[in-house]
Amino acid sequence: MNAKANLKTLLAASVMAFGVSQGALAQGTIKIGSVLSVTGPSSFLGEPEDKTLKLYVDKINAAGGVNGKKIELVIYDDGGDANKARTFATRLLEDDEVIAMVGGTTTGSTMAMIPVFEEAKVPFISLAGAIEVVDPVRKFVFKTPHTDKMACEKIFEDLKKRNLTKIGMISGTDGFGASMRAQCVKVAPNYGMQILTDETYGPRDSDMTAQLTKIKNTAGVQAVVNPGFGQGPAIVTRNYAQLGMNAIPFYQSHGVASKSFIELAGAAAEGVRLPAAALLVGDKLPDSDPQKKVVTEYKQAYEGATKQPVSTFGGHAYDGLFILVEAMKRANSTDPQKIRDEIEKTKGFVGTGGIVNMTGTDHLGLDLSAFRMLEIKGGDWNLAASGS
Amino acid sequence: MAEFLQFLFSGLTVGAVYALVALGFTLIYNASGVVNFAQGEFVMLGGMVTVFAAAAGIPLLLAALIAIAAAVAIGLLLHRLAIEPARGASAVTLIIITIGASILLRGLAAIVFDKQFHKLPAFTGDTPIDIMGAAVQPQSFWVLGGTAVVVLALYVFLEHTITGKAVLATAANRLAARLVGINTTTIMALAFGGSAAIGAIAGILVTPITLTSYDVGTLLALKGFAAAMLGGMGNPVGAVVGGLLLGLLEAFGAGYLSSTYKDAFAFLVILIVLFAAPQGLFGRRVVERV
Repeated sequence: MNAKANLKTLLAASVMAFGVSQGALAQGTIKIGSVLSVTGPSSFLGEPEDKTLKLYVDKINAAGGVNGKKIELVIYDDGGDANKARTFATRLLEDDEVIAMVGGTTTGSTMAMIPVFEEAKVPFISLAGAIEVVDPVRKFVFKTPHTDKMACEKIFEDLKKRNLTKIGMISGTDGFGASMRAQCVKVAPNYGMQILTDETYGPRDSDMTAQLTKIKNTAGVQAVVNPGFGQGPAIVTRNYAQLGMNAIPFYQSHGVASKSFIELAGAAAEGVRLPAAALLVGDKLPDSDPQKKVVTEYKQAYEGATKQPVSTFGGHAYDGLFILVEAMKRANSTDPQKIRDEIEKTKGFVGTGGIVNMTGTDHLGLDLSAFRMLEIKGGDWNLAASGS
Repeated sequence: MAEFLQFLFSGLTVGAVYALVALGFTLIYNASGVVNFAQGEFVMLGGMVTVFAAAAGIPLLLAALIAIAAAVAIGLLLHRLAIEPARGASAVTLIIITIGASILLRGLAAIVFDKQFHKLPAFTGDTPIDIMGAAVQPQSFWVLGGTAVVVLALYVFLEHTITGKAVLATAANRLAARLVGINTTTIMALAFGGSAAIGAIAGILVTPITLTSYDVGTLLALKGFAAAMLGGMGNPVGAVVGGLLLGLLEAFGAGYLSSTYKDAFAFLVILIVLFAAPQGLFGRRVVERV
């Protein structure tokens, strides 16, 4: 009897204490969650995302926060493990009680976390590449990075302008390369592209001359497209030059859109074209470009704070955070449902990845203009002259 | 013909790397009966240390020597700290220790260096050499030549020096070797240092072609192991033949069959060979005496 009474008091006290602290927190801060792959095989994606989120949440708080409240950022590192990501997602919702999420570095961890957020009805802005994240559209799930389908379309659009319709493909068999290859094969007919030969290489292969020789000896190939990621495309590019195939236009994907690709491929990269976000060529954009201001400011802030070269991956986190912040401002509320509705109404948001116009059926909101066609000249990116 | 030659050179170059990794396996296996799965990490160390030393302004040749010295030091440490204390354990235990060592080395490399890919300049330029229509990188000849020199040096060492014969004696029968006054612990250390050096040389030679990063070792160890098995574990000639054969199988598989199934094709051939000759092409038939 006595023990029971004690228990009751204890419970009541703890409920009260909990309630009070909850109230205090809710008034003072807005909790935003994030699960990123800061370590592990995808750390080159997760690390800049992590740094970007921390950098800009500090900046926002220093400027007074959102709607008069400071943002409290809760970041967990899933190490690239989708199972861990799901556990952290549950923890974010149940223990940390976040009102929104910007994170999910890889497609794998994003897909694992989607059901958790859908069920809790909390908005989730993903930083993963694959189109599966927003197709089919889920009520609470959004994403900021371009899809590989768009990269294919951008390449084919450029090829069409140059009147090249017969192409050879050489793709990596890693997740990125395989997914983009499949998308390219799917959209090729829409642009009247004919894929004459379709070669692949392993993500760790060190010599692709055999595959390229095959493409070289296929009659009628007018251009070559290489969807891939990591060091593979750099080796393909070097082998391409080795075999003297430079006369055939060569397209890489946005997967190699980093300075290290030019370094690794060296002189062989001259003349290679690839679709990429405006972030890479911020200083080369004309002043009239609406994205110029955003991308140069982000580049300066990121490089100043981290002393590392800017990458498009950190840019995705920047876009996700500010889409959310602006939605919260418009909603003037911390109610996840209202924030979700406002995210969906995002119109004309100028981010590092492009200009975002979301609708009820498009939770990505980017069109092909988000990609710029770049050409490597003199060891640097340049905007490719269209139609040349 | 040009096509055939292109595949041939591509296969030989890649195969030479597999051969060097397989040779590293062979040396340690002969001296200790251990398959050293950290062999790929020696290749990684050779490339990465050279890249970073060269980036720090050290001339390429000196950087390469530093890399070999670093790999040898780590090979000796691996033997002294991980293998030697467990010398009474079974070969399987020792193999598992080497797997652990390879994970450790990979993790350390990711922290000490970084997780990016790096390249070295080709030793004698990038202008491809035309051989009857096939375009071959000059670096390929460095790889092939380097492999030949290493194989020759190893042969001379094993067959024509007292220390080399001591290695062979230890391989043949450790107890008997000890009875005739060979310090088998020193020989073991020598084998680890030697195969670390071979691995590092391989890493330095191929980095201009294949690029390098902290985790290139894993796949190379796997391919080198497959090559060693194909040639016959423990036989240096077998290691070289197995490596070159595996490289050629991959190149011709990718060229004439399908690039998607080139690895499957190569491993299928290995399976068939091992099915017909379980000791590998040049393996010794071990007779268990009762």
